[in-house]
Amino acid sequence: MPGITREEVAHLARLARLELKAEELDHFAGQLDDIIGAVARVAEVADRDVPPTSHPLPLTNVMRADEVRPSLTPEQALSCAPAQEQQRFKVPQILGED
Amino acid sequence: MTDSFIIKLTAAEIAARIASGELTAVEVAEAHLARIEAVDEKVHAFLHIDRDGALAQARAVDEKRERGEKLGPLAGVPLALKDIFTTEGIPTTVGSKILEGWIPPYDATLTRRLREADVVILGKTNMDEFAMGSSTENSAYGPTGNPWDLTRIPGGSGGGSSAALASYEAPLAIGTDTGGSIRQPAAVTGTVGVKPTYGAVSRYGMVAFSSSLDQGGPCARTVLDAALLHEVIAGHDPLDSTSIDAPVPPVVEAARNGSVEGMRVGVVKQFRGEGYQAGVVQRFDESVQLLKELGAEIVELDCPSFDLALSAYYLIAPSECSSNLARFDGLRYGLRVGDDGTRSAEDVTSLTREEGFGDEVKRRIMLGTYALSSGYYDAYYGSAQKVRTLITQDFEKAFEQVDVIVSPTTPTTAFPIGERADDPMAMYLADLCTIPTNLAGNAAMSLPCGLAPEDNLPVGLQIIAPAMKDERLYKVGAAVEAAFVARWGHPLLEEAPSL
Repeated sequence: MPGITREEVAHLARLARLELKAEELDHFAGQLDDIIGAVARVAEVADRDVPPTSHPLPLTNVMRADEVRPSLTPEQALSCAPAQEQQRFKVPQILGED
Repeated sequence: MTDSFIIKLTAAEIAARIASGELTAVEVAEAHLARIEAVDEKVHAFLHIDRDGALAQARAVDEKRERGEKLGPLAGVPLALKDIFTTEGIPTTVGSKILEGWIPPYDATLTRRLREADVVILGKTNMDEFAMGSSTENSAYGPTGNPWDLTRIPGGSGGGSSAALASYEAPLAIGTDTGGSIRQPAAVTGTVGVKPTYGAVSRYGMVAFSSSLDQGGPCARTVLDAALLHEVIAGHDPLDSTSIDAPVPPVVEAARNGSVEGMRVGVVKQFRGEGYQAGVVQRFDESVQLLKELGAEIVELDCPSFDLALSAYYLIAPSECSSNLARFDGLRYGLRVGDDGTRSAEDVTSLTREEGFGDEVKRRIMLGTYALSSGYYDAYYGSAQKVRTLITQDFEKAFEQVDVIVSPTTPTTAFPIGERADDPMAMYLADLCTIPTNLAGNAAMSLPCGLAPEDNLPVGLQIIAPAMKDERLYKVGAAVEAAFVARWGHPLLEEAPSL
């Protein structure tokens, strides 16, 4: 199994939207490597003809009738927003200038 | 009646005394609020105390009684609610800075059911951030102390809920159990905790950590109290697509008729060996002996895939958490960091998550991101799901031979705060005996079975039942509890030092 490098942690952090500090990259690289090393044993069963279980219940899609029902008011929905404007969530720019 | 008398009553006793008019719900709430004021500075079981809300709810119960209306089985009983369930008008932080000060605009289904049952919610309890941990040290708001020894951990992630019970701040509490977070704190604080069958208690409004594993459940000081609370919170919820649409098993009836006579009780070979404290093993062996004396037949079981449960769990839970926690992006609620007008939404999200999440949460998000990444998916997440199948099959085979399985709940008693903080793998071992049940979705309980001789700290006995057979936990638990209390001459908690 591959070791987890500092660069790999930096890449994971970017994928996971975490702006990790330099010292955290070193710290986590060692720990993640240890953890992955310890849990990699699951691969021992990978070759066997075992179906995977993703959930303990046999799930089927649950549908409800398409009816109008009471819901949160705009004020309630926005009550926890870090910023709002004109009854909308105000977010930082999504697209760049160019 | 004095406050010190009231706070030692069980939930069942409180409810009976309120119903008969011997006590008012307001007196009961005030006694517990006074207790919280007196000891919680030391214990730190609570993150938020809703004094006004609790007293208002208590007054409503008293008025209902005066009007001659029928009261529910837990009307007027105070409860400590894990800070993972949304509470309209009361802060919900999940032990995280990213939700500091967040006041949800809606109640979780569980919260609503508690309110409708006239249970008095005292406040929200401390927990490992996003329920990730085995010690309540990962709370962004500081650790909770174990009432048996305040320098030790109260278990995790629901350490606040169990500590509130063990310190007599509340007779009832709610926890959630993803890998043992109800049972493990119960074990190390000398209280009772139940993880119901997966899907038995609604997850609507319960902040998601690992959706296929998370399960809310009751915490109490007696088996009967846990059963009474179980019946209030369980049952189908159309707002949760993973909620089981079937009648709630008769858990209260089972708790009132404890017996193991003629039952077959399994002992699993894989739940012992390296890493188990001698005193824990000793108390467990005595419990098995007790079960025999009470008329149970003991059956040795071999469940080889249990040895891989911890590994599978620490791939599946982080994978699901890395996905669930993506919603904490600083855009619609909670903390937002670095929004100075020049940064993009993506940068603001990254800065917010860096600031708002603690180490354990970041560790698991990255672990999950790694396990789900394209090159490693089959080796890690895919294999972990196969292990999950094998564990479920081991349980199925076991339950063809036995009615319930017993084991120690945790391999050791409560360890000192800070001891395992920098060693995640050592911390994860605390969940060794509880995890197989979460992976398979069946039901389990922890109840006190004595003190470990070497450190005089509580040891938990775990009882495991098949899915939808939760009543067996209560039937066996009540019998064991009654026998132990008769042997000790009093409930185990009476041996805890006074705070």
